[in-house]
Amino acid sequence: MNTPMNASDLDNSGRRIVVDPVTRIEGHMRCEVNVDDNNVIRNAVSTGTMWRGLEVILKGRDPRDAWAFVERICGVCTGTHALTSVRAVEDALGIQIPLNAHLIRHLMDKTLQVHDHIVHFYHLHALDWVNPVNALKADPVGTSDLQKMVSPHHPKSSPGYFKDVQTRLKKFVETGQLGLFSNGYWDNPAYKLPPEADLMAVAHYLEALDLQKDIVKIHTIFGGKNPHPNFMVGGVACAINIDGVGASGAPVNMTSLNFVLQRIQEAQAFTKNVYLPDVLAVAGIYKDWLHGGGLASQNVLSYGTYQKVPYDKSSELLPAGAIVNGNWNEVHEVDVRDPEQIKEFVDHSWYTYEGDKQGLHPWDGETAPKFELGPNTVGSRTDIKEIDESAKYSWIKAPRWKGHAMEVGPLARYIVAYVSGKEYVQEQVDRSLSAFNQNTGLGLGLKQFLPSTLGRTLARALECELCVDTMLDDWHQLVGNIKNGDSSTANVEKWDPASWPKEAMGVGTNEAPRGALGHWIKIKDGKIENYQAIVPTTWNGSPRDAEGNIGAFEAALMNTPMERPDEPVEILRTLHSFDPCLACSTHVMSADGQELTKVKIR
Amino acid sequence: MSESLSRTESELRVMILGIGNLLWADEGFGIRVVETLHERYRFPANVELMDGGTQGIYLVQHVQRCDLLLVFDAIDYGLEPGAMKVIHGDDVPKFMGAKKMSLHQTGFQEVLAMAEFTGDYPQHLMLIGVQPVELEDFGGSLRPAVQAQVDPAIRIALDYLDSFGIHPQKRDQPLPPQEQLAPSELQQRRYEEGRPSEDQACRRGDERFLNQTAVKESSN
Repeated sequence: MNTPMNASDLDNSGRRIVVDPVTRIEGHMRCEVNVDDNNVIRNAVSTGTMWRGLEVILKGRDPRDAWAFVERICGVCTGTHALTSVRAVEDALGIQIPLNAHLIRHLMDKTLQVHDHIVHFYHLHALDWVNPVNALKADPVGTSDLQKMVSPHHPKSSPGYFKDVQTRLKKFVETGQLGLFSNGYWDNPAYKLPPEADLMAVAHYLEALDLQKDIVKIHTIFGGKNPHPNFMVGGVACAINIDGVGASGAPVNMTSLNFVLQRIQEAQAFTKNVYLPDVLAVAGIYKDWLHGGGLASQNVLSYGTYQKVPYDKSSELLPAGAIVNGNWNEVHEVDVRDPEQIKEFVDHSWYTYEGDKQGLHPWDGETAPKFELGPNTVGSRTDIKEIDESAKYSWIKAPRWKGHAMEVGPLARYIVAYVSGKEYVQEQVDRSLSAFNQNTGLGLGLKQFLPSTLGRTLARALECELCVDTMLDDWHQLVGNIKNGDSSTANVEKWDPASWPKEAMGVGTNEAPRGALGHWIKIKDGKIENYQAIVPTTWNGSPRDAEGNIGAFEAALMNTPMERPDEPVEILRTLHSFDPCLACSTHVMSADGQELTKVKIR
Repeated sequence: MSESLSRTESELRVMILGIGNLLWADEGFGIRVVETLHERYRFPANVELMDGGTQGIYLVQHVQRCDLLLVFDAIDYGLEPGAMKVIHGDDVPKFMGAKKMSLHQTGFQEVLAMAEFTGDYPQHLMLIGVQPVELEDFGGSLRPAVQAQVDPAIRIALDYLDSFGIHPQKRDQPLPPQEQLAPSELQQRRYEEGRPSEDQACRRGDERFLNQTAVKESSN
């Protein structure tokens, strides 16, 4: 069945299920769906329950300071907002950064990507597939066999090792401190892994926790501070003295660069020996669960990232492009400056635009809240039992590319890269699909497999592999360039605001862990005149627009069967596959007293 | 750092952590306390101060590798606005989970659980929290009643550390910018002075809504 992409195709007559808040995400989000008599989702309504005021704190401030503020919007994408912000300012002022700065920014950005993807899979998403309570029933010898089969190169595979993990888990569960695993529906038949696989995943949960603490040290080397690295308009905030001594805080030297190299190699080994095999193993067991594609097969957007040649968009490892209406034979060019391409609509968002304006390009964006509920709302203004999606219903705006709702994120990047002919990506995807088909005996085509919840999760793992592989290239290029005598890390020619034009505007983009990120800035008299950001979750979590086009979260939930409608395992599974981060797409507005997820059937 | 400062009676590894979001008025309490503490005192080498922001589960390694964890945070205890409350040991995760107002609290309770799961959990744990006056003020700073608790919170922390034989020394020279915990762009005075006026930039959303406590009571 085709993915419904418009509100007019949806059926909201069935039972209404409310999940509020959606857990294991950053930020606050509510989701309502209607299921039919067979418990299949036929309507979905995604509400960002927070209001975001990012733009308003920056007006009048020094553009060179903006990165430090945007870094505080949300804790999990620490560096990506800061990077995008300095790019926006550099774009406005015509500043080009030195090669070392370009490479160091790549290393920091890919570190974030690797860190975020690994933590997402093991610590936020895995529990949608893995049942830790079931792992208590596992035979550690069986887990050991399984480990050796899925990943012969991984050293931690002895029965004793898995026995220890199981004992630790048992002890933890027995203390009654189910904190980590308390939101689960552990007897739900939606969980399909055998206990041995569940135990393997719990072991990897712990291994990933260990790994993530080391990979972030790269940020401390190049960004000085932990956990909030420093950024700088014009370059990077670290100096290079290749023969110098000293550890963190000192100028970057060969000792610290070698330390970075080791961290990259560790992350590379983990990604290839643990992360990727785990994702494929999970996919193999959940082979019949190919739901959750939503917009991915139809409309995807990437701004492009990782230029091999600075300021040359054609050299991007993951290229920019837009695909619409499911036509994978055509990749459209994306211009984030074009006021006709990207516009934000607020017909169903709790904002208002002055006068009768419709969509606004972010350079002309407005952030004025207007909270009002539709006539079919059940409940009251402060106690909404059932939201009316025919009216305003979310604190997230609705960005559209040439009028289309778009999915962004690793899967979008991978679809655009694949159909654009990027060989590295094609090899990864083809290799994974063939492994999946071989494991399952299925003969799925690319378009049947990739645009799905599992495909989204796989794309994230593949992107992690791309990052660790190419971090090695960046590292060698950086060391080579420094050894050739170039130790420049910043271009400060235009640091002094006296050298700036009276008015300037710019845009910075990045492909953040969760997808396309853009910051648009207007500078006047040396101060920020306007600042607007469209973050990935704004695209994916957007409400409907005036034409009724539904956003990626809503589309992805469509046609998904639920085992038990009062246990939203399937809803969480698909929403988590986007790695939603509501913290930066919206601002906290929920009242206090929030407990664990409440699910209501009406 | 002088010789006398690099050793203490105790070999405890100590983490002093401020958490919260300094962009949301009183949510910045924890960050501002640690910032102030660091500006005023030099600590021995076994003590680390950290501006943890809203890093959530990314803080787990810092919890894992300390024996004594001291956390400053703004938390809703249902007390008078500006009231301070000190909580020890096992009560800390319970309190951080009982009532959540902000993003990082879910995260930090989970951080403690994760650390426990890995077997690396601090022996000593203290939370110094303050009841916020105002959170719905994006870009705002501490309200006077919360600001007034910064010094008392520091005194409580210093007394607590003293009981473990940890004695920081008052700085005789101002803290150099590169040693500040956060970039100087966010330093409290600069943050407050650079704020745009209210008519220039709207500071709050609309009335609160989507009251979850009410949702759970209803079914129709």
